[in-house]
Amino acid sequence: MLLRHTPKEISERKALMINPAKTCQPIGAMYAALGIKDCLPHSHGSQGCCAYHRSTLTRHYKEPISAATSSFTEGASVFGGQANLVQAIDNIFTVYEPKVVAVHTTCLSETIGDDLPQIFDKAKKDKKVPEGKTVLGAPTPSYVGSHVTGFSNMVKAMAAMAEQGEQKNGKINLIPGWVEPADMEEIKRLAGLVGAKINMFPDTSGVLDGPLTGKYKMFPDGGTSIEDIKASGGGIGTLALGEWCSADAARLLDTTCKVPCSVIDMPFGLKATDRFIDALRTIAGTSVPDEIAIERGKLVDMVSDMHQYLYGKKVALVGDPDQLIAMTEFLVSIDMSPVHIVTGTPGKKFEKRIKEITADMGREVNVKAAGDMFLLHQWIKNEPVDLIIGNTYCKYIARDEDLPFVRWGFPILDRQGHQHFPTVGYKGGLRLLEQILGVLLDRKDRDDPEEKFELVL
Amino acid sequence: MRKVAIYGKGGIGKSTTTQTTVAGLAEMGRKVMVVGCDPKADSTRLLLGGLAQKSVLDTLREEGEDVELADIRKQSFGGSWSVESGGPEPGVGCAGRGIITSINMLESLGAYEESEGLDYAFYDVLGDVVCGGFAMPIRDGKAQEIYIVCSGEMMAMYAANNICKGIMKYAQSGGVRLGGLICNSRNVDNEKEMIEELARKLGTQMIYFVPRDNDVQRAEINRKTVIEWNPEAPQADEYRGLAQAIDDNEMFVIPTPLEIEELEQLLLDFGLMEA
Repeated sequence: MLLRHTPKEISERKALMINPAKTCQPIGAMYAALGIKDCLPHSHGSQGCCAYHRSTLTRHYKEPISAATSSFTEGASVFGGQANLVQAIDNIFTVYEPKVVAVHTTCLSETIGDDLPQIFDKAKKDKKVPEGKTVLGAPTPSYVGSHVTGFSNMVKAMAAMAEQGEQKNGKINLIPGWVEPADMEEIKRLAGLVGAKINMFPDTSGVLDGPLTGKYKMFPDGGTSIEDIKASGGGIGTLALGEWCSADAARLLDTTCKVPCSVIDMPFGLKATDRFIDALRTIAGTSVPDEIAIERGKLVDMVSDMHQYLYGKKVALVGDPDQLIAMTEFLVSIDMSPVHIVTGTPGKKFEKRIKEITADMGREVNVKAAGDMFLLHQWIKNEPVDLIIGNTYCKYIARDEDLPFVRWGFPILDRQGHQHFPTVGYKGGLRLLEQILGVLLDRKDRDDPEEKFELVL
Repeated sequence: MRKVAIYGKGGIGKSTTTQTTVAGLAEMGRKVMVVGCDPKADSTRLLLGGLAQKSVLDTLREEGEDVELADIRKQSFGGSWSVESGGPEPGVGCAGRGIITSINMLESLGAYEESEGLDYAFYDVLGDVVCGGFAMPIRDGKAQEIYIVCSGEMMAMYAANNICKGIMKYAQSGGVRLGGLICNSRNVDNEKEMIEELARKLGTQMIYFVPRDNDVQRAEINRKTVIEWNPEAPQADEYRGLAQAIDDNEMFVIPTPLEIEELEQLLLDFGLMEA
């Protein structure tokens, strides 16, 4: 009963967050930057920031995360971080030799008003950026938004590198949003099956799900090359997955390079994947191959086979907006009942979207953007659920309330598989369903009286 | 759209000069937005006819992040738009960050979009460029031209020189340029000549000499710019002249700040000269 202090009675809170459902902007920026090939993320701030962000990513991906820091001291905070960053850029290119350095700021460097473009310019004029190397940067103060905002800002910084080509390159820019390396791989596979030529960025597959070979590679083979990112300006269109994660970058490409964009939901579950496949097919001008239709059919098959165990089950959800929107839609579509939904990321649009998706459920749902897990726990105490889906932090609530729990989202610190098995697409939907059914049926087997204990379910 | 930032020593008359110039530009048919970047939030009082506006940061604090342009932007004299960035009360928080936040917010809300049809955006910034936040309006892609309000008093010239150091830093990597000095006269001996010389040494021009006239104060008591309060007043014409000079200005430079000794000498040379 680790959270036994959580009271059932909900009182209005304004100035206090308890067990936040979000984390720092730079964590998202760092994750996005790792999706660029031969890129070293750089944290412009104090050392502790960088250490925390690296370790959080390491705990989730179980891979070493390399990132540099400007190592702010009292002096740097008073006089500005320019000298530190210029020196860092020099050291990084001399010692570690990446092709790209992706800088994100921190609360401190943002507050003192360090201007990254101006410092980059200084570094270039001082000849600290070798020929053929790239420096890019994103502002990521943690007191604004959440880790999702940081991810979005870094992806936008990538889009800002785009160069308007003389002619279109015939490719679709695909911005996948903050999904797992395996999801990125799956998105590429699906696009390949549809026959769409895509240029996807960022791409962490092959970076954060690598094999153990006995040889350490500071810059793994995966990631989108900076040349491909620059070429996105010549794309025939941009498909952005997730309003929160990817829309800013897509819209920037539209404004600066006149690449038309379409922002759709992340392809989790049946309907969102349908829309994703349909969008790919439309932009690429191809038709959907049987292979994908078969994958879809398998998902529909499992939903109908197991419908009796899913029907009406109440679910509590916590996570990031783009993921939750698609997940809520999936749960509603299989007749489950997502009743409590919380994201730590701000944005009233989220609450509106969730209410639209759940409108036909025939009941009110509790939904909150910029909420916290304390509130989610209180909601659960007031209206118990059959299942909780969210990141590892949910384990405290799951244990206290004795709830079946599916780990999904970021971060997952205590289980494995998320980096290797996708949850996007139809196959991903099958995996989600497998996990959901697994915990629900385990619970049934545990709780059923002997006369109802069945061999076949 | 031209984006203009007005800097100068505290109390020199930046806000009055900015607002009256904006009134002059509005009279000429220009579409102008004023962004007050002073925590005191008094940069648009004369255009609005009183401290009638909720600042961006107050709105942000009270309403959360779902702010709309209409919440923070008010129509003011001659069809101009007024925005107050606002900031913390004295002695707490970080006013510099406030400026960064509110300018970012205005951008994300689309206040500078082409569809708004603006000819000018004016930033009225407090005092010196004391920290990174107060330099926000002169970052690359923000204001391209700076005017410094000064007078023949030592401290005002000292501040102007200091501001030029800030501009120089940003001008080296971005497009920001100094458009000139606006002399807001304090009736110092040889003031006009001295500021012209200072401007020359800084590599710029004295774009206009605004004589001292108590009509300005009278108009302020009435919460109006002198152009609105008494369009016939000679002082109103002076501000119209300044507005015209800015509208016609084509001299934009990277300033060359003076060493302190040089500045002191300038003061000595002109201060001891026969008036």
